[in-house]
Amino acid sequence: MTSLPAPAKKKLGLVIDLDICVGCHACAVACKEWNDGGDFGPLPDDDPYGAEPHGVWFNRVHTYEVLPQAPATSYASTTPRTHNPHPAPAAQDHPLDSMGLQQPAPLIESRVPQMVHFPRSCLHCETPDCVTVCPTGASYKRAEDGIVLVDEDKCIGCQLCAWACPYGAREIALPHPKAATSDAGRKDSKRGTMQKCTLCVDRIYNETLDERDRQPACVMACPTRARMFGDLGDPDSDVSKVVAERGGFALMPEFGYQPVNRYLPPRPRRDGSEAAATASVPAEEALDTAQLPPLLRWLDKALSR
Amino acid sequence: MKPALSVIFFTVASGAGYGLWCLLGLAIATGIYPLTGTGVLVPLGFGFVLVSAGLLASTAHLGRPERAWRALSQWRSSWLSREGIASLVTYLPMLAVAWFAFTRHAGMSLHVAGAVLALCALATILCTANIYRSLKTIAAWRTRQVLPLYFMFALLSGGLWLWAWLALTTGLAISLAFPLALLGLAIVAAVIKVDHWKCVDTLPVNTAGHATGLDMLGHVRAFEGPVTEESYLTREMAFVLARKHGARLRRIALALFGLAPALGIAVALASDTAWLAPVAALAAIAGLFVERWLFFAEARHTVAAFFPPTQA
Repeated sequence: MTSLPAPAKKKLGLVIDLDICVGCHACAVACKEWNDGGDFGPLPDDDPYGAEPHGVWFNRVHTYEVLPQAPATSYASTTPRTHNPHPAPAAQDHPLDSMGLQQPAPLIESRVPQMVHFPRSCLHCETPDCVTVCPTGASYKRAEDGIVLVDEDKCIGCQLCAWACPYGAREIALPHPKAATSDAGRKDSKRGTMQKCTLCVDRIYNETLDERDRQPACVMACPTRARMFGDLGDPDSDVSKVVAERGGFALMPEFGYQPVNRYLPPRPRRDGSEAAATASVPAEEALDTAQLPPLLRWLDKALSR
Repeated sequence: MKPALSVIFFTVASGAGYGLWCLLGLAIATGIYPLTGTGVLVPLGFGFVLVSAGLLASTAHLGRPERAWRALSQWRSSWLSREGIASLVTYLPMLAVAWFAFTRHAGMSLHVAGAVLALCALATILCTANIYRSLKTIAAWRTRQVLPLYFMFALLSGGLWLWAWLALTTGLAISLAFPLALLGLAIVAAVIKVDHWKCVDTLPVNTAGHATGLDMLGHVRAFEGPVTEESYLTREMAFVLARKHGARLRRIALALFGLAPALGIAVALASDTAWLAPVAALAAIAGLFVERWLFFAEARHTVAAFFPPTQA
């Protein structure tokens, strides 16, 4: 049934800390590995060792370069985010010189860009169109915990759900059009159906696993603990608390899909302008010759001639 | 969006088929259709070929076409499901009209069957347009011109085939109102399509900063994609080829679906040359193929903003 269930109290999801993600792709690899062998696998690739490897990943890590526009101090992580797609230019608070004229704006290039690694996967939205556009009922949202899943036995591979998702959470398992030869995956029963993050539903409730391991594979793998898993519907859960504390935000909320996953913004960095200023003028090294032993004092005098 | 040939063929061919059925049904319902028997069965059958070929082609877009029947279940929420149901339901009044034409029945039930056929055909066109209009991620498909254009293109291309049939069998003199209405439709559709293209060109383009929410920190540039190779997302939703030749393709489309039928109708009526009618119909279909290719290829998907410009 692709009509959405009544809103559930439990909203399982991920919180991703963009401040400490180092972009190692371990989450993406661990995800691929688990889901290749878990209940939803296999996830075979086309031409995996060839010139144009191609395949489905539930989780992909992008890297962005951010050039600070306003002075870094104007940003505070506690400030509520505005969701304006076309933000007004940052206020220019350039100092006035003695003549009362505004000094030229510092060149944006002089600021040190900040690299932000950005893991992207299904946000398990509360009211997503990827569920309602599905003509077969294969795409569904679980009433009990809010996980969005695809029933591979019902999916006809029309791809409308992937078109409806602004976050790129869904990828279809189709052979690469350019791959002349393919591995056994082409004949695999999962081929031709839509694939997506399952929030490792086959791990988090898996009683054969140690309780500590009942977390999504990406969360288990992250070496910097930049990924947290929990119930975002419970305001007292650890994930909800960290979201409240750090000003966690949802992606593109204007679509109205109400993503459950939250991203924690990078903390403000020093913009490097001080370091750059000091570096440009070599520091005068003071040398008190009076403090030197006699031999070195003579050497200093001899070399200073 | 990647223009999939199967979907382009589906929307153009079945659109023309439903447009033809709609006008034929309307003409039968109001009693102005001049022919009976084979005169009904031939255009009805031609509509059947267009509709069915289109629907069959659409299943080629599916990853698991053998499961297509499952698409009939979620009509409560999905326009694709509604389209599937409407397309199959429309076969029923079509069969009724065919049966009455075959048995040379000309009573009230023929008029009713014609009216139901026209309504079902319109409902199917509405569902097809709404499959695309319902996607919030593709702004170019949510503009106000998309729904009227789907109706107008279906009625124009189907109507031209119906007129071609009438012109070849009864001659051009029997009705002037129908071809002149089609001429007007071609002009109006062309004007609205140009307006749509203008609208598409001025739509705001999503940015990496907005997509990631990182624009609160400063200017955001996608530095590296997740993989060096292309992926399903970059192939399917970050298709950029069309914008390179967009202007020329738009002129070709406009000439074929707008100018050629309008000129064809005018010259055919003025010089009484019936064979220009099927030529005009063929030109319109060809123009709509180009128009539909651009409809997909020029539409930007929100998700493309996540990727570096070299990948997107």
